[in-house]
Amino acid sequence: MVRPPRQSVGAIGWLRAHLFSSWFNTILTGIAVWIIIETIPGIITWAFVDSVWGDASPDTCKAAEGACWAFIYEKYRFILFGVYPWEEHDRPLIAMIIFLALVLTSCFRRAWGRPLIAGWVVGLAAVAILMWGGIFGLTYVDQSQWGGLPLTLFLATFGIAGAFPIAILLALGRRSEMPAIKALCIGYIELIRGVPLISILFMASVMFPLFLPQGLTIDKLLRAQVGIILFSAAYLAEVIRGGLQAIPKGQYEAADALGLTYWQSMRKIILPQALRITIPPMVNTFIGGFKDTSLVVIIGLFDLLMTTRVAFQDIEWRPFFVEGYVFCALIYFCFCFFMSKYSQWLERDLTRGHSH
Amino acid sequence: MSSYTGDPGDVKPSRPAFWNDPVIRGIFWQIVVVGGVVLLAAFLVSNTLSNLARQNIASGFGFFDAESGFAIGEAIVPFAPTDTYLRALIVGLLNTIKVAVIGVFFATIIGTIVGVMRLSHNWLIAKIASIYVEVLRNIPLLLQLFFWYSLIVSTLPRAKDALGPFLGFHLSNRGLNVPVPDDWAYLGPLVGILLATVVTWVLLKRSKRIHDATGETKPVMWPSIGIFVMFIFLGWAATGFPTSIDTPALQGFSFQGGVDVSSEFLALWLGLTLYTAAFIAEIVRSGILAVNKGQWEAAGALGLRRGQILRFIALPQAMRVIIPPMTSQYLNLTKNSSLAVAIGYPDIVSVAGTTINQTGQAIEGIAVIMAVYLTLSLSISLFMNWYNKRIALVER
Repeated sequence: MVRPPRQSVGAIGWLRAHLFSSWFNTILTGIAVWIIIETIPGIITWAFVDSVWGDASPDTCKAAEGACWAFIYEKYRFILFGVYPWEEHDRPLIAMIIFLALVLTSCFRRAWGRPLIAGWVVGLAAVAILMWGGIFGLTYVDQSQWGGLPLTLFLATFGIAGAFPIAILLALGRRSEMPAIKALCIGYIELIRGVPLISILFMASVMFPLFLPQGLTIDKLLRAQVGIILFSAAYLAEVIRGGLQAIPKGQYEAADALGLTYWQSMRKIILPQALRITIPPMVNTFIGGFKDTSLVVIIGLFDLLMTTRVAFQDIEWRPFFVEGYVFCALIYFCFCFFMSKYSQWLERDLTRGHSH
Repeated sequence: MSSYTGDPGDVKPSRPAFWNDPVIRGIFWQIVVVGGVVLLAAFLVSNTLSNLARQNIASGFGFFDAESGFAIGEAIVPFAPTDTYLRALIVGLLNTIKVAVIGVFFATIIGTIVGVMRLSHNWLIAKIASIYVEVLRNIPLLLQLFFWYSLIVSTLPRAKDALGPFLGFHLSNRGLNVPVPDDWAYLGPLVGILLATVVTWVLLKRSKRIHDATGETKPVMWPSIGIFVMFIFLGWAATGFPTSIDTPALQGFSFQGGVDVSSEFLALWLGLTLYTAAFIAEIVRSGILAVNKGQWEAAGALGLRRGQILRFIALPQAMRVIIPPMTSQYLNLTKNSSLAVAIGYPDIVSVAGTTINQTGQAIEGIAVIMAVYLTLSLSISLFMNWYNKRIALVER
C-alpha cells in the first residue's frame, strides 16, 4: 500500500525534516530545547530585564539582580583608551577611526593600488600626529600612556605588517637551493613555532635590554612589538610557503625561459600568484595574531584586556567582573568575527575570479 | 637578430661571466647571509656579556643546585622551599605535562562531539554547535582563562559551604575535592583492568586476522565489555570486596583526604579544553565532509550498516585529513598552557619566571622554558607523524 505523501513543504514540513525526522532526532531536539530553556531566558533576564543601565552607583547595582551595565557606562572611556590623558580622548578616537577606515578600505580588492598606498602613508602620519602630538598645538603624550583598544589595534596591525616582508624572505629562503640559507630559515621558523609566544615576549622584555649596547634602551611597547613581529613572521612564512608550493612548476619554468632573473621572476610572476591564493589563510593568521596581542598583559602593557581588568580593580566596582569581561569579549568578538567572515567572502570572491 | 642563420652550431653555449655564474653567486650570497648572521650574533653576545659583567651576574646553570626558598601550590612530586631550583623546575614541567595531557584528552572528546553536532541533520543541534564554535574561537584564550578563574574564585562558595558532596565530590572556590580509593585496597580490580586490556588486545588482533583472511567480522565490542566486567569483578572478589574510600572531609578551613584539584588548575583546564575543542570541532567537521558522498553510497549499496560504514569506510579516510591539523592543535594546546602564569598555576613558565626574578638568571631561565617547549613540541609531532604514517594511504 502506498502511503499518502508526507507534508513536505511549509513550516510543518521544515520542522519535520529538520527537527523530527526520526525518533533519535526527536530526542536530540528535546535535549536542545531543554538546553535553550535552561540558559537563554536566564541570560536575557540577567542582561536586559533585571540589569542596571546608564549612570548609576555601585550600590544600585548591588541591589539589582541582573547585570550592572552602569559599570561599563562609568568605565568605558578608561577601558577603550587606558591612561591616555582624559581630556584628550578625542585624539585616539579620531586616530582609531582614521585607522579603521584605512583597514576597511583595504578590504576591497578594487581599492588595491597606488592611491591606497598613498592613503596609508598620509593616514598613518595623521594617526601618529594625533597619538603623539607635540606639534600643531597638540600636547605631547608619551607612548607609555597609550592603552586600550588603539594599542591592541596597533600591536596587531604593525605586528602583521612588519612580519610580512620578513615572512616573504623566510618563505623564499626555505625553498631556496642554497643549503646554508635554507638551513638558517628552517631553523628560525621551527624554533619560533616550537615555543609559546609568552617566552618570546619574556625574551623581549627581559633579554632585549641585555642584547643592546650600554646606554641604548628601547621602549617596552616597541620591544613587545618587535617580539610580536618576530613571532608572526615565522607563522606567516609557513602560510606563504604553502602558496609558493601551490604554484605549478610551469610558471617557474616559463619565467626562466623568459630570461628573468630570480628576483624578477619572484616579484613579477611567482609572488603575486602565491600571495593571492594565501590571502584567506593569511587573514586567519591575522585573527590569531589579533587575539594573541592580549598576551602583552603578562609583561604589563595596557592593552584592551589589561584596561578592562584594571577597571574592576576599583574596589566598589570589583563584583562586576563578568560585565567587564563580557564587554571586552564583545569587542574582540566583533573584530575577529568580521575578519573571519571577510576571509570566507574573499575566498569565494577569489575562486570566482579564478574560474573564468 | 639577422646574423642568426638557424644553424645550432653557430650558437655556442656562452659561459657566463664569473659574477653571473649561478653556482658562484649562490656561494657568494650564502657567505654574505651567514656572515651577516654570525656578525649579528657576535654583536649581541658581546653586548650581553659586557652587560652581564657590569651587573655582576654569573652566567651558567650553577643556580640549579641552590635552595629555591619558594613554595609551589601544587606538585606531583613532593616539594618544599628547601629543595633546589632544579627540583622546582621539574615540578613546573610535570605540572605543564599534566595539564597538557588532560587538556588534550578532553579537548579531543568535546571537539569531536561538537564537530559531529555541527553536521547533524537536526537544525537546533547544528546551530547550538556552531554558536559554540564561533563564540569560543573569536575571543582571546587569555580573556577566557581570566573569566573562568574569576568565576570559580568569586562565585563559588568558600570551602566551609562547599557545593556537594555529590558522590563525595566537593566544589568550592578552593577547587574540586575528589574522593579516591585507598592506596592498596583496589589493587585487585586494577590488576583485573590490566589483564582485561591484554585479553581484549589479543581478541582484537585475532578478529582483525580473521577479517583479513576470510572477510568475516567477529563481534568485538560486547565480548570486550564482558571481559572487562568479569576481570574487574574477579579482581575485586580476590581482594575480599574492599569498600573503603579516602573521602575528602572539611578540617578547619580546607579539605583533608582525597585528591585536591586546585581552582587554578580547574580554570586552566576548562579554558584550554573548551577553546581548543572549538578548533578541533572544525577539523573534525571538515575531515568528515572530505569523505566523498559516493563512498557512503557505495558502502550502503554493498549492504553495510551505518555503524559499519562509519567504522570501516568513513572514519579511516577522514582520519587522514584530520590527523595533521589535529597535531598542530595538540601543539597549540601545549604551548597555550604557558598562559597558566597569568592565573597563578605553577607551570614551567611560572616557576622559571619566579626563578628569573629571584636569581636574575634571565638567559638561563628563558633557555630552560624554550628547551622544554621545543622538546615537548618535537615529541608530540614525532608521535603524531608516526601515527599519521601508519594510517596514511599507501599508493602504488
